[in-house]
Amino acid sequence: MKLWQEFSKGFFKENAVFVLLLGMCPTLAVTGSAINGLGMGLATTAVLVGSNTVISMLKRFIPDKVRIPVFIVVIASFVTIIDLSMAAYIPDLHKALGIFIPLIVVNCVILGRAEAFASKRGILESVVDGLGMGLGFAFALTLLGAVREILGAGAVFGWSFLPEGSTTILLFILSPGAFITLGFLIALINVIKRRFA
Amino acid sequence: MAEKKKLPSTFLNMVVVLTLVCVVSALALGFTYSQTKDAIAQGKINKVLAALKDVLPDFDNNPYEEKKTYAAHPGLVFYPATLAGEPVGTAVETFSSEGFGGDVRLMVGFTKDLHIKAISVLGQTETPGLGTKMDSPSFLKQFAGKDPAVFKTTVKKDGGNVDAITAATISSRAFCDGLNKALEALKQEAEQ
Repeated sequence: MKLWQEFSKGFFKENAVFVLLLGMCPTLAVTGSAINGLGMGLATTAVLVGSNTVISMLKRFIPDKVRIPVFIVVIASFVTIIDLSMAAYIPDLHKALGIFIPLIVVNCVILGRAEAFASKRGILESVVDGLGMGLGFAFALTLLGAVREILGAGAVFGWSFLPEGSTTILLFILSPGAFITLGFLIALINVIKRRFA
Repeated sequence: MAEKKKLPSTFLNMVVVLTLVCVVSALALGFTYSQTKDAIAQGKINKVLAALKDVLPDFDNNPYEEKKTYAAHPGLVFYPATLAGEPVGTAVETFSSEGFGGDVRLMVGFTKDLHIKAISVLGQTETPGLGTKMDSPSFLKQFAGKDPAVFKTTVKKDGGNVDAITAATISSRAFCDGLNKALEALKQEAEQ
C-alpha cells in the first residue's frame, strides 16, 4: 500500500510539472506534439529510475560532501546511455527531441529525487518513486503535447483529423502556446483537486 | 528506518568514492558507445540511401560508395548515379544556414540534363507546423521535373517561381538557398 502511494503521488499529488512546477525547460520546449512529449517523458523516466536505483544502492558509500558531484556523474552517465541508445534505435524521435535529450542531465526533477528521496530510502522504494515521478512527468508532457497538437495542428500522435490545408490555431504549436496551455492545465488540475479534496 | 552510518567525508574517502564512481561510469559509457556505434552509423547511411532512392532516377550502382566532395564546395556531397554504366543523374546533399531554427539539410536529385528530379529533406529544425511543412509533398512536388533554367528557384516574394509555405517565408527561402547552392555547384562541376 505504501509503495502504491510512492508510485501514484507522481501523477497527481506531487506531479513534477503540474504541482511542483519542476523541469519546465523540456516541458515547454518539446511538447509541440504528443509523441515528442511522450518520448521526452519516457526518456526522463528511464534516467530517473536508473539514477534513483544506483544512488539508493550507493547511498551509504557516498560521503556527504561529494554527494552532488556523485549524483551528477551517475545521472549524466544514464543520460548519455539513453542518448546513444535512442540515436541508435529510434533515430527519428532522437532527432525530434534534439538537444533536450542531453539536457535531461540538468532536469531538476532528477537531481531533486536523488537528493530528496533516493539518497535516504531503500532501493525498492526508490525504484518505485522514480517510476511514479517519471511516468507522472511523461503523462504531463504527453497531455500538454496532445492539447497543443490538437489545437495547433489538428492532429493527435501525428494522426490528422482535419483535411489537408485547414486552418488551425498555430499559436499553440509555437512557444507562447506552451505557456498558455500549461497555465490552463494547471488551473484545471487545481480545480479538480479542490473538488475532490 | 534506522539510519545506517554513512561514510564520513574525509579527504581520502571523497577522492576514492568519486574516482570509483567516475571509472565505473566511464566503463559503462564506453560499453554503450561500442554497442551503439555501428547502429548509429548504419542509421545515418540508411537515411541517406533512402533519400537517394527518392530523388534519383532509377540507378543500379551504389552512389553512396562513389560519393564525391570538392574543396570548392564545402559541406556539399555529390552522389553520381549510373544505370548500366551510363550516368543518369546526380544527387547533391546540400544545406542552408539561413533557416529559422538552424540548418536545413536537403538531398536534391538532378537528372543528367540538370533538371530537378525530386528533393528530399534530410534534416531541419524549423518551427513545427510552419517551416516543417517543407517536408510535405504539397510543397516538394512543385519542384519535380522542373528545369532550373526556366523555373526560377527563389520564392515568389523574391521574384522567383517557388510557392513559399504559408507563414514560413524564411524557411522557404532557406530551402531555396540550399537548392541553389546545389544547383550552382553542380553546374560548375559539370562544366569542368
